[in-house]
Amino acid sequence: MGLRTPLYDTQLSQGAKIIDFGGWDMPLSFGSQIDEHHAVRRDAGIFDVSHMCIADLKGARTREFLRFLLANDVAKLTVPGRALYSCMLLPSGGVIDDLIVYFMTESWFRLVVNAGTRRKDLAWIGEHAAPFGVEVLERTDLAMLAVQGPNAIAKTLPLMAPARRGAAQGLARFSGAEFESWFVARTGYTGEDGFEIMLPAAQAAAIWQALVAHGVTPAGLGARDTLRLEAGMNLYGNDMDESRHPLESGLAWTVAFEPATREFIGRSALTRARGTVHPALVGLLLEERGVLRKSQQVSAATDAGAVAPHASIPLGEVTSGTFSPTLNRAIALARLAPGAGPRVLVDIRGRPHAARVVKPPFVRNGKILVPI
Amino acid sequence: MSNIPGDLHYTRSHEWVRRLPSGQVEVGITDHAQEALGDLVFVEVPQVKRRVTAGEACAVVESVKAASDVYSPVTGQVAASNDELARRPELLNSDPYRAGWLMRVEPDASSAAAALLTAVEYGQFLEQAG
Repeated sequence: MGLRTPLYDTQLSQGAKIIDFGGWDMPLSFGSQIDEHHAVRRDAGIFDVSHMCIADLKGARTREFLRFLLANDVAKLTVPGRALYSCMLLPSGGVIDDLIVYFMTESWFRLVVNAGTRRKDLAWIGEHAAPFGVEVLERTDLAMLAVQGPNAIAKTLPLMAPARRGAAQGLARFSGAEFESWFVARTGYTGEDGFEIMLPAAQAAAIWQALVAHGVTPAGLGARDTLRLEAGMNLYGNDMDESRHPLESGLAWTVAFEPATREFIGRSALTRARGTVHPALVGLLLEERGVLRKSQQVSAATDAGAVAPHASIPLGEVTSGTFSPTLNRAIALARLAPGAGPRVLVDIRGRPHAARVVKPPFVRNGKILVPI
Repeated sequence: MSNIPGDLHYTRSHEWVRRLPSGQVEVGITDHAQEALGDLVFVEVPQVKRRVTAGEACAVVESVKAASDVYSPVTGQVAASNDELARRPELLNSDPYRAGWLMRVEPDASSAAAALLTAVEYGQFLEQAG
């Protein structure tokens, strides 16, 4: 038996197919993961993401500490409730984890990090927080739900107590507000609008049931993965890890090199990497039938799409691949040598399959963004 | 509980086998297999006239989450394969024992079927596998 979230029994009673995910017993789906995917793109779905690690950082020097710890710059967070996506790096530039940081008050920032990296993240953060006098409090008392989809907000607001509703309905994208022990943020991992709600664990089942009764579709980790990949969002352990720096993982936009005076862990390694030629993360769209999968090998194709087998030039490999329910074909993120494309070949079970190099995201807000 | 029709035979790798009046055998994946795989999105069936050996990987079924080989339960020659699955792989989920058939094989006269399980044996096998 693995770790269980406060919603485990509720989800089991709703037909969840449970799998192990980083030591947690989590729902893969409640029936058809493709139906769940479409529900989120077209209407509203709800995910239990209570396995993720919420850590509150408190102390007068918290902002100063985070400006040192993270590759993105929390100086950008000027309005309470605002969120920022960032990598946390090793001195080598390798990615320890990706995370969201919320600015609560000047002496309180909240981090949400991945479940599978919880232990090493907390150890790393704790070690570096001590000299700044910053306290790290893991919030295992909280559950976390993600309600996502074009109708997610409209279906969630009426179920909130009036005071919370008032705080939640005016939220700008990528901001949150805390009211009566609920922190509601307009963030997510699907490429759709919606809320992520952090709330006392004991209250999670009731709101889950109410949302489902209100027509929000329960969705599992299977749909979460196809949604995030269509949205061009990286998965830690697949598309980034400690052996790669953010510039090789499509995350250059999350590194704040300016101001040049800010010292952060990994800065000097990234500054060196910036001047070199390195692989890049790109999107792939399979032009034939089949499914793209992690670790499939990618090689160069001629303009005609065909290449003599012996002339195949390796370019890199797929880091995340799946069948995209929205595009009805296979998509992937792949780390390829610079200048790859516009067409490449992917080795699927020993046979080359033609694929097109595209710029992610594939889908955002229900719209297909790549030419198909 | 998974559906296990009594008139079919089964393998431990979750294929089902139907003996047709013509002497050919029809092959597919079991209800348990489709349930475990989840939404099927891609199916590759063997070409007609291909020789297959019992235990040989001869088809591929892929769900959103995983690819899985399908093994031929008999030795013989492929007489027909279900091309409809290229367009509608979801038939494997909705009707695994009928519309979701994968191939029909003309078995060699010498091909032994001793290793196949009855429905009762397959049911017991699933229970033991937990």
